[in-house]
Amino acid sequence: MKALLRNLKALTQFPSAIVGLGVVFAMVVFAAYAMITIPYSEAIRLWRGGDQVWGDTPRNARPAWFNLFPGNNLPTTIRVDSRHDPNLKTRQEVGEELTAVDIRLPFEFRYDGFPKELNVTFAAQFEARRPNVQMTWVTPDGREIRLGDLTLRATETFRISQESRLERRLGGRPPEVGLFANPDDPSRALHGTYELRAEGLVFEEGADIEAKLVVFGQVHGLAGTDHRRRDLMVALLWGAPIALAFGLLAAVGTTITTMIIAAVGVWFGGIVDAAIQRVTEVNLILPLLPILIMVGTFYSRSIWVILGVIIVLGIFSANIKTYRAIFLQVKQTPYIEAARAYGAGHGRIVFRYMIPRVVPVLVPSFVTLIPTYVFLEATLAVLGLGDPILPTWGKVINDALTQGALFRGQYYWVLEPALLLMVIGFGFALVGFALDRVFNPRLRDL
Amino acid sequence: MADASIARASDQVASEGRRDRSSGQGSFARVAGYTISRAIALFITIVIGVYATILIANMGGYVDEIRSAQIEESVAIGVSQNPEYRSLTSAQRQELVAGIVEVERRRLGLDRPFMVRSFTYLTNALTLDLGRSEYISSDRGSRQVRQVILERLAPTLILFASANLILFFVAIFVGLFLSRRYGSWLDRFVIALAPTSAAPSWFFGIFLILIFAALLGVLPFGGMVATPPPPDRLDYALSVLRHLILPVSAIIIGAVFITIYSWRTFFLIYSSEDYVEMAKAKGLPSNTIERRYVLRPTLPTIITSFALLVIQLWTGGIVLETVFNWPGLGRLLFQAINLFDTPIIVASVVIFAYLLAVTVFLLDIVYALVDPRVKVDSGGAV
Repeated sequence: MKALLRNLKALTQFPSAIVGLGVVFAMVVFAAYAMITIPYSEAIRLWRGGDQVWGDTPRNARPAWFNLFPGNNLPTTIRVDSRHDPNLKTRQEVGEELTAVDIRLPFEFRYDGFPKELNVTFAAQFEARRPNVQMTWVTPDGREIRLGDLTLRATETFRISQESRLERRLGGRPPEVGLFANPDDPSRALHGTYELRAEGLVFEEGADIEAKLVVFGQVHGLAGTDHRRRDLMVALLWGAPIALAFGLLAAVGTTITTMIIAAVGVWFGGIVDAAIQRVTEVNLILPLLPILIMVGTFYSRSIWVILGVIIVLGIFSANIKTYRAIFLQVKQTPYIEAARAYGAGHGRIVFRYMIPRVVPVLVPSFVTLIPTYVFLEATLAVLGLGDPILPTWGKVINDALTQGALFRGQYYWVLEPALLLMVIGFGFALVGFALDRVFNPRLRDL
Repeated sequence: MADASIARASDQVASEGRRDRSSGQGSFARVAGYTISRAIALFITIVIGVYATILIANMGGYVDEIRSAQIEESVAIGVSQNPEYRSLTSAQRQELVAGIVEVERRRLGLDRPFMVRSFTYLTNALTLDLGRSEYISSDRGSRQVRQVILERLAPTLILFASANLILFFVAIFVGLFLSRRYGSWLDRFVIALAPTSAAPSWFFGIFLILIFAALLGVLPFGGMVATPPPPDRLDYALSVLRHLILPVSAIIIGAVFITIYSWRTFFLIYSSEDYVEMAKAKGLPSNTIERRYVLRPTLPTIITSFALLVIQLWTGGIVLETVFNWPGLGRLLFQAINLFDTPIIVASVVIFAYLLAVTVFLLDIVYALVDPRVKVDSGGAV
């Protein structure tokens, strides 16, 4: 134990180890933050959510910090809701049981680009006779463009961007461009205050209309969104604890079992040792990834099942040979003979005398194994065999690649999870390399 | 202690026996004997490995169930769509379906107990006689699993052979070079890059595609030849070369730094041996020292480490091929996963086991050629 502490102290002399430890610590904090701010069930609900959860976020939006670069002034999402501000709505009795509900949804637009989409959602209260509504678009320079009429149900979403007749009236430009275009220079958006006017008629006592306008922006949040309007931040945050847990558990599981098997083989020798050696050789030619793929397709894609298979196949890994060489030396040392002399049993010698002696040698390889498994999980996810429920970095990369993000220039979608994977991988690798030099004296002078 | 010493004694007896047998033979015969014994051992290993694969693939008869369900469904659809059977009552029709399903199950051997079937599967798998794929067909239109697999084998071999050869020689030369300039800024720089190898090759592939295909547009996004393929032989080869650059670079970048790091360490360990100092004292040129006194004794260690590396690269290549749309075995496996094509998935696992074994075998032969202990005394190296 003292030797372990002394070695750890020696670790602080490596600048790379300090950087690595800093990165690992930062990742742990990041993971803890993710688990505290978004509880597990909430993360799953958000990640699996459809239009109910992500109705108001734009599709494939870039991260908001894109606007920090000079020359970028892309629109963010604007929501105007008549429920939030009673001043936006006026009611006027027109006749018997006939009331005009006039909703005006104004918003400021001072961006260079055009919005991604335009949606108006109506919520109507009525008994039997459906209210009627007529929509008009008012531009900053005072032009009024009729959008269309609607007879409302209890909730109704009017997707302005998909109105093909409106598109034709706007000269063939999609509505989200045509409605914002500057008449003098149609390639640019006109700045100023726009207004959506919804003039409704309700035909009953107590009937009412509410309206919400969503102008979907081109940027969203810290991380942007994907093709299903999901905020990537959810997956980026929750990918951290999953990656850490997976890498750590897989590394612990494989190294400890491998070490025990190697110790047992060396201690008992003979047939046991030979059998272990042969199994290791068979295991060496068993292709790990194809078998994981087979398990993933045929049985279960759950991350925990995959973890179990990795550990089982990792027991007889090539490391057994390394450990065996060390244990063979340990077995000859006098203190083992002393233990035998006082009558220690097999189990006691293996677990209390042999294995503790090898732990220092094992620490570096253990740490360098962690990123290997983190990337293995990502690899499976990129093949489409990620956990069906959990959001992971690999699944984000998989979504991005299958949606052709690289071809369409949505680089943020690939780069964000990839950079996180890289940071976590290099953090552990840096620590592992430094540990290797500290614990393996043969390398220390090199 | 006693059992251990007995084991060692028996080992000694065994190795002495081998020495007696091989005494008086040339070193070629010893290498050949070593190679044959390794080949036999590896073949047994493959048989066990493939059998284990089949057991995993059909854990609890799960695959059989899927296949039975598929048979039932296709027969039921076939009967319901056939106008000849339209006049039958539903009971008669069910009877007919059950009858055809039974024949079909017997034809595919699904009625025999699993342990019997597993050995049939084993021989089939070993000869790659895995029947017909369910959805995927080869470019020539064959549904034979063997045809599909063999067609995809060549691209994979081209990609990995070129990448691994370049990797091997680059790592050896740079490793030797750095061991001579140990401690220089270049040495430190390469060592500092070693942790990048924690990431698999496809990961670097994404970045390479991003930079060279998406941003610069100088190299293709993926695939093996341009579409349409150039008719001229030379143009075809050049097009393949152009498509090879990015995936090969991805493989090399993903593994080269850690390989250089560990081989440089081997070189350093061996160049601190006394006989190297002696050679230096004799005034031998540094080239000769490097080749004969450092590289030569390090080669067996390097080949062992290279074997482990290549094994890792094989499996890592599955995603790499998918990312680069390379029409090899890895992408075939990926397609098979998406289409749930059971025979292809099982066959891919088997062929990967074969590839790993062949890799191990080839490197074993190289090992026998470079390790003097194999030539002098077959007992020492095994």
